[in-house]
Amino acid sequence: MTALAPGKALRLAFGETITDLAATDKRIVVLDGDTGSSTFTSLFEAEYPDRFFQMGITEQNMLGMAAGMASLGLVPIVSTFSCFIVSRAHDSIRVLIAQPRANVKLMGGYAGLLAGMTGKTHLMFDDVSIMRAMANMTVVAPADEVETRSALKAIIEYDGPVYFRLTRSDSPILFDDDYEFKLGKAVTVRKGTDVTVFSTGVQTARAYEAAEALALEGIDVHLVHVPTIKPLDVDAVVAAAAKTGLVVTTEEHTIIGGLGGAIAEALGVNAPTPMTLHGLQDVFGESGPDGALLDKYGISAEKTAAAIRDAVANR
Amino acid sequence: MTQTMTNYTPDDMAEFARQARVRILEAVKHANGGHVGGPYSAADMLAVLYFGMLNIRPDEPDWPDRDRFVLSKGHSSIALYTMLALRGYFPVEELLTFDSIDSRLQGHPDMTLTPGIDMSSGSLGLGFAGALGIALGARATGRDFTTFVMLGDGECNEGVVWEGAHVAARYALDNVVAIVDHNKLQQFGWTGESLDDRITPYTGTQLADRWRAFGWEVMEMDGHDIPEVLATLEAAKQVEGRPAAVIAHTVKGKGVSYMEGNYTWHSRVPNDEEFAIAMRELGESEGGAS
Repeated sequence: MTALAPGKALRLAFGETITDLAATDKRIVVLDGDTGSSTFTSLFEAEYPDRFFQMGITEQNMLGMAAGMASLGLVPIVSTFSCFIVSRAHDSIRVLIAQPRANVKLMGGYAGLLAGMTGKTHLMFDDVSIMRAMANMTVVAPADEVETRSALKAIIEYDGPVYFRLTRSDSPILFDDDYEFKLGKAVTVRKGTDVTVFSTGVQTARAYEAAEALALEGIDVHLVHVPTIKPLDVDAVVAAAAKTGLVVTTEEHTIIGGLGGAIAEALGVNAPTPMTLHGLQDVFGESGPDGALLDKYGISAEKTAAAIRDAVANR
Repeated sequence: MTQTMTNYTPDDMAEFARQARVRILEAVKHANGGHVGGPYSAADMLAVLYFGMLNIRPDEPDWPDRDRFVLSKGHSSIALYTMLALRGYFPVEELLTFDSIDSRLQGHPDMTLTPGIDMSSGSLGLGFAGALGIALGARATGRDFTTFVMLGDGECNEGVVWEGAHVAARYALDNVVAIVDHNKLQQFGWTGESLDDRITPYTGTQLADRWRAFGWEVMEMDGHDIPEVLATLEAAKQVEGRPAAVIAHTVKGKGVSYMEGNYTWHSRVPNDEEFAIAMRELGESEGGAS
């Protein structure tokens, strides 16, 4: 497989970027759910101790307090593990952030399958489905450190609640330094003619490596990265699907209601297209090293290539 | 902090509370639904807040330096709407749109719709968290206003209340005053000696003890004694170095004999006869004020 250049973990890019942005944007404050040493809000605290608020392990309260701070014109960036934001504090988000459109940015750290040795309690890969179903919520899953930096800037400029998906492990670099994320826009990563693959988050790097490997077999993949899962770039999705007439979606997330679900909804209504939903099945995760987890749960670059290969063979 | 000055006397506040009880029952009867017991236990305190305590500008609801009030026991919304109307935020006639389609007066407070609502609430315990965020944000932005937040005693069952109580004490948020409407009953509650008998969620000093244990300055008051409410809230506002909680001893359904202490009036619509009795007891003509 063609390897991309190694890059930082999205969490590290996040910690660095919010610290940079806070220098010029005085509205930014950070609320931490006692995980700053993991999520790298520690970098922000070191630079801006007066704008860093340790909330302890009080997620429901933390998300509510963020809404109160937002009502004064501050831009609270709330950070802890995705499972604790999305599941534990769901009601606070719904009632105090989504319904009033509070300008709070929800940083779902350690999202997806690769959360070290935590196991099923902490492995959160139905976060996109849950947050996508909530009215007024924008959902973004960046692919690499470059896109994380650009997307953070964009979502802080945007006035409204955003769920932002961050991951723990180092991620290869997919985009050039001058790449600019545009909220609500999908981006073509690779042009091809045989099959359209839609991917999001850090899974896009695996999809890219899969596509490059498949090219050697004569399968020409059209790869579209969808960092904003809600609102979905429906026009781009329909156009990209029409290019090949065959669609595979892939994500480090359950196939129920995430990127695959969103694209199935869009294509089903607008342009029905044969499609395969590739990603995590209807299961919870378990502890294990990254490579073993990716392999066992079927979303490694190799297994992603196999899913695309099968879809093309069966068209 | 400065002493709050308004032109209203305690007698005026008592009169506004009386009018509020009339308008509350009218709105609930008109909507054919809504809460009564909790609004009635809170009415006197809300009258003190809106006519004797809060530094606000009804003609400029979003004035950045205003005191904030959050009704965390959001199901008592009609009491708050009534007080906002009486204070001049919108016409009292609008109260009869309560709970109707397209109304600005929703079943629970919605900060995006109603002038004067500083924080949405309804899912219990969350308004309290929002209020604490306002207080912490006020400190972070160098603003010197007070945030008042009213909780129910049943609401204090919620774990999120105690998450917030801990964090507020950790930050020594002395710009927030929590008022706990301790009316001793919740919607259904725990059974007492018979199925008709419902007991208080917190007996004796349990509620005060809890807040004190979480590091709050605790005061107690009779939530229906207007001069005492005025004095206690003023004292709570002046507390320095820690947040203040005022346990307000109240009677659910206060002001109408057949509602007082009767849990079934938590949420109930009066029939015509009950309405007439209530209006009479509230010193209003039997047809109400509207």
